[in-house]
Amino acid sequence: MQRSKFFLGGALILAAVVYLIFSSTQASAQYFMTVDEVKAEGSSVVGKSLRLSGAVLGDTIQYDSDTLTLTFDVAHVSGDNAEIEEQGGLAEVLYQAVSDPTRQRVSVSYVGVKPDLLRGEAQAIMTGKLGDDGVFYADELLLKCPTKYEEAVPEQAATN
Amino acid sequence: MFAEFGYGILVVSFLVAIYSVFAAVYGATNKSAAMVESARRSMLLVFPLLSLSAAALIYLLVNNHFEVAFVYEVTSRSMPTYLKVTAWWGGQAGSLMFWSWLLAAFTSAVTIRKWDRDIEFLPWVIVVNAITLIFFLGMVVFYENPFTRFWLVGGNVEPHMFAPLNATLFAAPDGNGLNPLLRHPGMVIHPPMLYLGFVSYVIPYSFAMAALITGRTDDRWIRLTRRWSLWAWLFLSFGLVLGGRWAYDVLGWGGYWGWDPVEIAAFMPWLTGTAFLHSVMIQEKRGLFKHWNMILVILTYSLVVFGTFLTRSGVLSSVHAFANSPIGPFFMAFVSLTLVVSIALVIWRWPILRGETEMKSMLSREALFLLNNLLFMSVLVICFWGVIFPLVSELFTGQKVTVGPPFYERATAPIFAALMFLMGVAPLSAWGHSTVQTLGRAMWKSAVAALIITAILFVTYTQNIIALIGFFLIALVLLVTLQEFWRAARARQRAQGENFLTSLSRLMGRNRRRYGGYIIHISMMLMAIGILGIEIFQKETQGSLAQGEQLNIGGYTVEYRELASWDDQGKGVNFTRAVVDVYEDGIYLGELTPRIDYYFDSQQNMTIPGNRSTFRDDLYILLVDWQPVSSMGATFKIFVNPLVNWLWIGSLLFLIGIIFAAWPDKDPAEEPVRAARSVRQTNAAD
Repeated sequence: MQRSKFFLGGALILAAVVYLIFSSTQASAQYFMTVDEVKAEGSSVVGKSLRLSGAVLGDTIQYDSDTLTLTFDVAHVSGDNAEIEEQGGLAEVLYQAVSDPTRQRVSVSYVGVKPDLLRGEAQAIMTGKLGDDGVFYADELLLKCPTKYEEAVPEQAATN
Repeated sequence: MFAEFGYGILVVSFLVAIYSVFAAVYGATNKSAAMVESARRSMLLVFPLLSLSAAALIYLLVNNHFEVAFVYEVTSRSMPTYLKVTAWWGGQAGSLMFWSWLLAAFTSAVTIRKWDRDIEFLPWVIVVNAITLIFFLGMVVFYENPFTRFWLVGGNVEPHMFAPLNATLFAAPDGNGLNPLLRHPGMVIHPPMLYLGFVSYVIPYSFAMAALITGRTDDRWIRLTRRWSLWAWLFLSFGLVLGGRWAYDVLGWGGYWGWDPVEIAAFMPWLTGTAFLHSVMIQEKRGLFKHWNMILVILTYSLVVFGTFLTRSGVLSSVHAFANSPIGPFFMAFVSLTLVVSIALVIWRWPILRGETEMKSMLSREALFLLNNLLFMSVLVICFWGVIFPLVSELFTGQKVTVGPPFYERATAPIFAALMFLMGVAPLSAWGHSTVQTLGRAMWKSAVAALIITAILFVTYTQNIIALIGFFLIALVLLVTLQEFWRAARARQRAQGENFLTSLSRLMGRNRRRYGGYIIHISMMLMAIGILGIEIFQKETQGSLAQGEQLNIGGYTVEYRELASWDDQGKGVNFTRAVVDVYEDGIYLGELTPRIDYYFDSQQNMTIPGNRSTFRDDLYILLVDWQPVSSMGATFKIFVNPLVNWLWIGSLLFLIGIIFAAWPDKDPAEEPVRAARSVRQTNAAD
């Protein structure tokens, strides 16, 4: 009798945790997408919660400090780490992405403080929604600059 | 010269560790005390060896030897010497070596002790520690070598340990420099604290494995490693708190915890470690939960290695991650292998790990501790799910889906609330048997008082239902815990005829673990006040101001006075600093100076907030942008973070509580005999 009470208690907790996990996952899932995928899906992903990554184009960065509105364009980079490694590492992939004018691009708009790491050839990882106008409205902006963390080899030009 | 020397010593330590595994296994299986002693001595040799190697690396770091790849990556000429030393753990290769060095230190400390009656544990403790060490040293020796140098080969610069054919050594004129975000004092000691916590957990795990292998599965291994688990928990907790404080001071988003995968990686072993801390008491007092404790310590160890892997492999996108690296698969293999072997050992010893009694009452202390464990495990499962969800969903649907902070907040909040309620009830329940009536009688006064406090808050402070539930639970736990101090001290005072404070301090001194634990519970509630404050009541505003203009937020008025920008060539930094005056209800409170530091070597900004902290709230001002010097306009983002200071005050009290509980008071070797005898008495008395 005692045993079954304990099992019942355990089952209730388990059910509660499973419910919490599933309901919370559904409520806050974000789809990882690349710029190419967003362009291909088009209007079908408008309004969905997305996580988009791309290479920042330095010349397009604009910041209006009256409204704290930050806008910039990102170019397509692969979402697959292994693929990035194959193509010579993140720094190289980002460099290629910004120098290739044929790459798909998306404009991004973000309201808030301009992040310290934002500049050309940074990888932007943004969460937000795609608007009807094709602009990605980011609520959250995370940046990675591979050159700064661990650059494998110093540039030889530095010695000359 | 130093690079070859350092690397050579690394290889020697690696070989010595391998020898000690074989010697220990041979010694244990052939009952050869001499071989076990040989294993012990060779293990003791590893720490001084690794220290020598570390000294060589630090010499290279401090003296700008930019021909060494690691030195080039993490230091630059403009960095002060102490930062060059601490850059040791500022990059992947160095931090793995640092991990190994700490583990060697702890293994030495544990093998030096007098073993006497526990001598059968010794060889297996050496084996487990040495295998862990071999794994980490192997990573350093073969894949992430901090002594790799740059060579000029046919016009290209390539990293190699030893000179390729026709190559000349290549030294860059200056290094990349440590990421400026990491040049904060909090960040200098945050990684070593986390690592100390991580590495300390290897020791209880090694004793647990020794207990399983030797079949001596009483609570001896738990008693021997009780202090290790407490210190491990202290360091891990301190590391987590420091990380939060650093984020608040440096990252400039007005927060302290972002549910980043790497934060969670450090949080997960903390969760199992906390559950372990509670459940070992049940084994000591009642002889229950033996399987469970084994599983908890195995999980903690695996999560420690897994956590190091998450931080180091770049498998997850995170602000913490270093570059991608080939060591990921090795970590996965090692974690899986140790997990499988450990669980197999537990299954093998399953019959002799059976509990000595049975749990009878749903409300007994041990049942509530079990519930506490289940809740901690639930938080762990939620965190683990959140971390692996992108990988799982990609595997099954081909679509990479991730969950953000809202997932964790939503899913864990009810569980944290349940844990808080448990903190209020469990100290009042008795070992063996409790009923709703006995518990109700013990807590009704506190519950009524907590309700009154909540009602007052409802009228005067907030109508937010989640906040009110939180404040009710906080008040309940604080009152119940304080009442426990009061009740026990009064009882002693009456029995001994001492004054109240003498009674209280003697009482606490005699039961360090219990009262240390209560102090920790109180500190948790103070931290909860801070978390509720910033999560629910945070206010923010932003705007561009000309000189003399004002912004109003939460009763404060912020007036922009002036801005200055200058270069400090010595440090390689440009400082831009704004001065603002702060008023509340027309009364001048003082000035704040938010600033932005720009580091030339890494071309990176660092936003340092101006923060005015009181017990009621923090006024947290960020300088976001400024116009060219002539017009002197500037843009600010301002947060008011109510009650957040209690988070830091609680953190301090928390550390005091752990140190109080863990402080060595008597020789632990003498303890068990008495403790074993007193089990029955405690049951009767408690």
